[in-house]
This record gives sequence, C-alpha cells and structure tokens, in this order.
Amino acid sequence: MIKFEIDGKKIQAKSGSTIIEAADAAGVDVSHIPRFCYHSKLSIAASCRMCLVEVENGRKPLPACATTVTAGMKIYTKSHQAMQAQKEVMSFLLINHPLDCPICDQGGECELQDLSMGYGRTSTSFIEGKRSIKDKDIGPLIATEMTRCIHCTRCVRFCSEIAGLRELGILGRGEHSEISTYVEHSMQSELAGNIIDLCPVGALTSKPFRFKARAWELRARAGIAGHDCLGSNINIHIKRESDSQPERIMRVVSRTNEKLNETWLSDRDRFSYTGLYHADRLARPMIKQIGKWQETDWETALTVATQKLQNVIAQNGAQAVGGLISPNSTVEECYLFQAWLRSLGVPHIDHRIRQSDFDHQIQSPLVWSTCKCVQSLEETTSFLLIGSFIREEQPLITSRIRKATQGGARVHVINPVDFDFHLTLTNRCIVSPWGMVCSLAAIAQVLFGNDKKKLNIMPKPIAELIRQQKPNTVEHDIARDLQQDKAPLILLGALAQAHPYFSYLRVLSETIAIEIGAKTLHLTDSANEAGAWLATALPHRRIDGVSIKEPGYNAKAMLAKTLKSYCLFGLEPTYDSAYPELARTALQQAECVIVCSAFKNKAMLEYADVLLPIATHLENEGSFVNIEGTRQSFQRSVNKPFAEARCGWKVLRVLANFMGRPGFDYQTVLELSSELSRNLENDLQSEHIPPVDFKPLPTVSDNTVWRCGYWPIYRNDSLVRRAEPLQVLTVEQDLAKLRLGAALATHLKVNNGDRVSVSSDHPDAKPVTLQVLIDQRIADATVCLPSGLPDIAINGPLSVVRITT
Amino acid sequence: MSSEEQIIQLTPEICQAIDQWVLKYPPEQKRSAVLAGLRIIQRAYGWLSDERMRALAEYLDLPPMDVYEVASFYSMYERKPIGRYKLAVCMNISCHLCGSDNIIKHLESRLGICMGETTSDGLFTLRRAECLAACTDAPILQVDDRDYYKRVTPEIIDQVLEQLHQAGRKKGRDDAT
Ligand code: SF4
Ligand code: FES
Ligand code: FES
Repeated sequence: MIKFEIDGKKIQAKSGSTIIEAADAAGVDVSHIPRFCYHSKLSIAASCRMCLVEVENGRKPLPACATTVTAGMKIYTKSHQAMQAQKEVMSFLLINHPLDCPICDQGGECELQDLSMGYGRTSTSFIEGKRSIKDKDIGPLIATEMTRCIHCTRCVRFCSEIAGLRELGILGRGEHSEISTYVEHSMQSELAGNIIDLCPVGALTSKPFRFKARAWELRARAGIAGHDCLGSNINIHIKRESDSQPERIMRVVSRTNEKLNETWLSDRDRFSYTGLYHADRLARPMIKQIGKWQETDWETALTVATQKLQNVIAQNGAQAVGGLISPNSTVEECYLFQAWLRSLGVPHIDHRIRQSDFDHQIQSPLVWSTCKCVQSLEETTSFLLIGSFIREEQPLITSRIRKATQGGARVHVINPVDFDFHLTLTNRCIVSPWGMVCSLAAIAQVLFGNDKKKLNIMPKPIAELIRQQKPNTVEHDIARDLQQDKAPLILLGALAQAHPYFSYLRVLSETIAIEIGAKTLHLTDSANEAGAWLATALPHRRIDGVSIKEPGYNAKAMLAKTLKSYCLFGLEPTYDSAYPELARTALQQAECVIVCSAFKNKAMLEYADVLLPIATHLENEGSFVNIEGTRQSFQRSVNKPFAEARCGWKVLRVLANFMGRPGFDYQTVLELSSELSRNLENDLQSEHIPPVDFKPLPTVSDNTVWRCGYWPIYRNDSLVRRAEPLQVLTVEQDLAKLRLGAALATHLKVNNGDRVSVSSDHPDAKPVTLQVLIDQRIADATVCLPSGLPDIAINGPLSVVRITT
Repeated sequence: MSSEEQIIQLTPEICQAIDQWVLKYPPEQKRSAVLAGLRIIQRAYGWLSDERMRALAEYLDLPPMDVYEVASFYSMYERKPIGRYKLAVCMNISCHLCGSDNIIKHLESRLGICMGETTSDGLFTLRRAECLAACTDAPILQVDDRDYYKRVTPEIIDQVLEQLHQAGRKKGRDDAT
C-alpha cells in the first residue's frame, strides 16, 4: 500500500495503481477526475488529456490515467493549474465537435455534454470551419454520427481487447483521422453493442433505439438477461404510458456485476427486446373452436383448457399427457409446471428439448455442475472445450476465456466445425460428431489406457471404445497439456448436450477430469437449465431429489410416442426442439395442445387448441439459476406485461386452481419463491445409483455422414427470433446452406451451388433441398446445417443424415 | 458463420521480398514488416487494393485493420489506382523559392490535369511532395517515389515527360520487386 494525497486528503492505494484508479477507488472522498479515453476495463491510451492534474513538483500537468502514484505524492485535481489544463483540453475537444446537443441522440446522457458544463467556456475563439466526417454503416445495431467522434479510441480498444476482433481502427492521420471499419460491413462481433455504452459522445448510438426517447423520459428497472447461462445483469428502460402509447420497454443496457458480466452485455441480451412488440406477440388468450381461432377472455380460455385436458385424462388417463417447458422459464415457472402436472398424475415432464441422449440420466447430479466463480475463468490456464460454438453460445464467458488466453492460457477444442472464436486456440480436433467421442476416448487412452484396473470398472462399451483408439499427435498433445496443468477445466457445450452420445461424452469427460484433477462445466444454452433441474422439470426425479422408480417419458420420447395431449410452456417446438419433425407430427396428431407462450407462429396455430399469452423474461418476475449456481431474482419491470399477457407463474397457478388442485394458493411470486427455497435448502443429496447400461457403439461406415446442427446465436429462442435487427444479421450470414468440406464434396460428387436433398436417417423422413457450399471448416464426414431456421426441419442436430444428389 | 471472402494470394516473388524484411525483426514483431510489405506490393502493382492489403495481413498473421491503419496513415501509400507514373513536385520552402510553383503550373498545362489528378490515358498522376531532403538541387521532381530529377525547368520537364511517355507506352509495369 502506498500513501499519498489527493486534494489534501490522505489516501492509500495499491502500488502500481494510477492516479485515476486510486481516486475512483477512494470514491466520494475525492473529487471526480474528468476523463474520456480512460476506461477501467480497457488498456490505457492517454490520448484525450482530459484527466490532466497537477502533481507537486511536477513540471507540467500529468494525465491521471497514465501516471502511477508514488509514496508521498501530492496531487491536485482542482488547483488553478489543473483546472486551466482541463479547460484548455475541453476547448480543443469542442473545436470540431458539433454544438447541437438538442438534435443529438446522446443528449442527456453524454459524457462530453456533462463535462462541458463544468469545464467548457461560454465562448470560443475558434472561428474556422469545423471538420465533418461521413457516417459509416456498421450494421443494424449501431448508428454512427462520426462528426461527433472525439477520437478517444475506446471503441477501437474494446474491439481488439475484449471482443477479440479488430473491426474498428483509426484511419488517416491528424485532422483527417476517423474511426472506421475501412471496408464497409456490418460489425461481426457478438459484443459490438458495448461500444454504444462506451462511446462518451453521440458518435455511436443504438440504431433500434435512435430518436425513440430521451434519457430523462425513461425509468430503469433491474433485470436479469435471459439468453445464456451467465445471467448478465441488465437495466430495462421503460417509457411511461402516454395518450398515444401504452407503457413500453424501450431498451436494455448493461448493469455492472463484476462477478458475471462486468460492465458488458452481449448483443443478444441487449437487443432481444426489439422482438417484444412483434406482430406474432400474443395479446389475448385464444381458443380454437371448430377449427377457427378466436380471441377470448382469460376466464373462458382457462375453462376451455381445463375441460379439454380433463377430458383427455378422463378418457385416456394422465399417462396420455406430456408437458414440455422451456429451460428459459423461471425457477418458479418450472416448479409450478411440474407441480401442477404431477398433481394431475402426469408423469411425462421435461425441459431438455435439445437433448438427444437421455441414458445415464438418473446418474446426473441434481444440478448441472456449476462454476463457482466466473471470474476465476480468467486465471485458468488450460481449457478443453467439447462441442461448443462458445462464442455464439456464451459471448461473455468467451470474453473471459479470451482474457485468459491473452495471459497465455491454452485452449483445446473438440468440435465438428472449426468455429472461429476470435481467440487463439492451441489444439483443435475438428472431427465428425462420432469422431468427437472417439477423440475424447483417445485422450482418455493416453491418460490411463494402460491401467487395466481403471478400464475394468468402466462401463463396457466405453472401456471398449477407449481400447480401440489410436491417439494422434493432437490428442497426445491435449492429453499431455491437461495432465501437466494444475487446474484444467473441461467445458461441455450445447453441441455436446445435443449429441446422440451425450452420455458417452459425459462419462468420458468426467473420468478424464477425475484422472487429472480437472473440473468439468456444462455450458447450457438457456438461461435457467440449472434451475429447471433444481425445480425438477424432469421425468425421472421428484422435487426432493429422489428418483422416480418408473420415470415418465423424456422430451424426445414424448414426441416420438405421439401422446393424446401436450402442454407446452414458453416453447416453439418446431424451432426449439432437437426433433422438429417429430414435434410437428406429434403435436398435430394430438387431441389437445395447450400452449402458454408469448408468441404464436404458423405451426402453432395449426396444432394448438388453447393459447395462453405469457410475459417474456423482460416483463416477468421470478428467478434464474445461472452458471455459478446463483439464484438471481428479478421483479416485474413493467406494471403489466404486454396487453392481456400474464406472468407465467400466475397462469400455471390459476390452471391448477381451475382444475381443482389443492395447495396452489400463492398470492405473490415471493410466497412461491420462499416455499421453493425451503424445498431446495433441504440438503439435496444424490442417492447412490448403480452404474447403468450404455447403448452399444454405433456402426460407422465410410458412407456415414453426420450433421452439425448448432443453434445460431440469434435463432436460439422465441424472443431473439423476433428481434428484427438481430435477424438482419442472421440473414447476412446466409445460413440456410448445406456446408461441407472439399473431401466430402468430392466423395458425394457435388460442387458449390449444387442442390441436394438432406433428411434425417429415417425411412419416412421428409427431405429438405438445399444449396451446397464448400467450407473448409467442416470436419470430414460431416455437413453443417444449423437448427432453428425457418422451413428446415430435420430431426437430430448431431445425428446421421442422408444426402441424395 | 461468416461467408468466405475471396482470398488473393501474394506472388512468391513478393513473399520472398517480404520475408527478407521479416527477418530483420524479432519473430513476434512481424508487424514491423507492414511498412515494407506495403511498399513492395505498391511497387509491383502501382497501388494497394483492399484484397492485397488483406493478403498482406494474412501473410503476416495480423488483423487486416493493422494494415489498413498503416496504409491510410502515410500519404505515399496509394489506396486507389493511380497513373502509370507518379510525378511529385516538392512544395517545401527551398523548392518553392526556386520556382516549384511554375513547375506545377507547367505540368498542369502540359498534362491537362490539376494537382492530384490522373491523365485520361492513365499514364501520369500529379502529386505534391514535402521536403525531399535534396534542397541543394531545388526544385525537385520525384518520379514513382524513387527517381529524383534535380533543378527541374519547364524544358527538363518536357524531356522527362517525353521519355516517360515513350517508355510507358512500350512496356507495362516493370518487375515486381
Ligand atoms: S466513436 Fe466514440 S468511442 Fe469511438 S473513438 Fe470516437 S468518441 Fe471514442
Ligand atoms: S482520460 Fe487520461 S488522457 Fe484520456
Ligand atoms: S524543400 Fe524541396 S527538397 Fe527540401
């Protein structure tokens, strides 16, 4: 600790800190040092000079952001010399900056405007013409007014340091310098929206929010982001109801939480709100009567739903009903959903809509392994990433890993496509989905392949698989690096979870982890997977954690078995399910489908019988359990969710009431939450369950072709799929193509642009015709065709496909 | 998933020339060779297209922006196609005192273009230069960033133009070094 003085006050700070850091840490005790280019999360540029302060015995004012404190230093931030310097800098900054705040979108929340109140002069001696710069088109998310730029370079540094993609730069020199992408294109980074917050002036502003409201008309409510498992903290900005418009959510910005999202937010979390008022939004309950949809009131809709469901149960038993809930629903919703259905005797309840392999489920832990501290990712030095397009799945967790690699951490990847993560990878195994399992087994072989004892206690097919492998140099390298590292981390992503041999991947990665003292971590691509497990929206486990003797159907079986009735919550199975074809058939054949959803779609109008409108996570109340295992609660941001929509937990409670189930008397979400907390605190212990049988190894021939059907970042859930600016970016990516490597193209005798049909490997699967695009990043024996795209429904995101030319 | 961009490869000769520069710097400082790389490419093709700058970035393992920034910083890098010959007249004080104004006027009327423009036959581009460190022989005309013509007069200019005209029509751009 170093002792020094700021403005006569005695301050202590860590050695090596800069004056501005020390002053900020001292908080209200010392006066705020003005700044533009400095940002605590970015490297130091010291280019704006706004932070000049006087240091005793210094020859001239020094930049507080680039000067480290020394013992006994006496700093004056408000002395004549300091103020003089700050004022001079301000007048230089204002030379070229337009003085038209009333027509600038940043007006009212502009750092330059604020500081010029304190440091600006009332008149200027500059009478020459101001420079002006042509605006740039950098995509649908960010509006530019480059004449306003003060060249602080925060945006430039953010892109290269945090987003890992040097998309913006300073071009030209002196008077002619400007910020630009050089070659005009939409920004590619999934974190780009942060430069809106970073830009201290109105040069970079939010395009969807542009000129929609002034900062002072908005009220901010704390919320939790709902599109990945990090649970970023957000502020939701709401505009009051007026004569012309009901209460509206106008934008979402980041709320600082050092443990999770720091000061950042991913574009998906920032801009998903633009889908809220989409034409698909369900405004009122709807019922289908003799094939015709009509809007109705809640009372009628709930009565109809009750009757229909009770009819099915009376005639076919509760066994004929299945319940599917989105893992993006709150803990409370998941809890009530299963409690309501279980109270009716329904055994088939699941939230794992993207999973294909449910073997080994009873041996799953009660909650997915969590990472106790997201911050610690930055200190991890060796990562093994299995089956994940992590940059799209978890944008901000990726930026933590990126920071780790900047400090020298090694990242090894096993993936079916050589996805670009904008970070340096040490080793990659780019192999077919089945090859992923083999690679992992090969790594296991390097680590303990000679240890007969260990292999003998493993499930047979897995031990067999390990024995069969002939590890290549990359696999050797990975194994060695993991073994040598103190605390390696094994990450399983969404593609691992959707894998038809997920149970293999899990057992293998866990065995490897135990062998080398690593931790494993499941990165789930939804907001509340951990919470859904805890609240047991599962067919095989009771709320107290005890497994059910005869479990109900899992998400896949439910659709494959075509039940008489389905209850869907927050889902669009034809987009969200790993089995969109099965889903459509099953739902269409069902007698009664009750859907609680914020949005409707065409397929839904065909298969559903009752539509109950619910709130999206931005309007909802409840809680999400994130990757850290932390339950983050949030309150309703708006007085009333859209039109007649209601918070999901209320809808479920009332459904239970209508069906005469006792014990559903919660008046507030808090009552429900505290009951749930009591339940969850009851020391949940996994029981000891003997090893189960594993399915046999697949037969893989030279002609087997696998699919990699990842969910693209902006096709991941109902709300983002309606967010138009994000959809523009999706369209630009041109995803509805069949991508494959040159080797497979030669094997199949197809060329770029040829049209081929693809279908899942099932005799009566419906083929989809697509254009071929040769792409070197795709593994051998694999085609890449994303899931969640309109009009492309193929079962099994990582299964075998059939291709006919 | 980003769509594949058309990648232009640098010729082996250019790569070789760049390699010599790369060798001069520590291995992790390949970016120091950006300046030389740009110069080599510009000499070969007369100007720096976006694709070639990207190819250079790729070759040196840098984000393209690192190359764009450097290329746009220095005014001697041409990021738009220019004439076959670049004629630059020094406009700093010594040359100015020795009449570079007249030289420019003469060039403008002979070529029928204004400062900064390119002749319609694509042969000449007229530029101004800052002090070329040859004040003893002012005024200076510099051709293609490397050949100096000293103490130029309108007569000398005419001769130079005539020579270049002949040469320029006979053959295309010279070797790629
Ligand atoms: S655009 Fe904004 S953030 Fe970027 S350099 Fe200019 S003022 Fe700074
Ligand atoms: S904040 Fe210190 S120079 Fe910009
Ligand atoms: S002023 Fe022209 S060469 Fe120096």
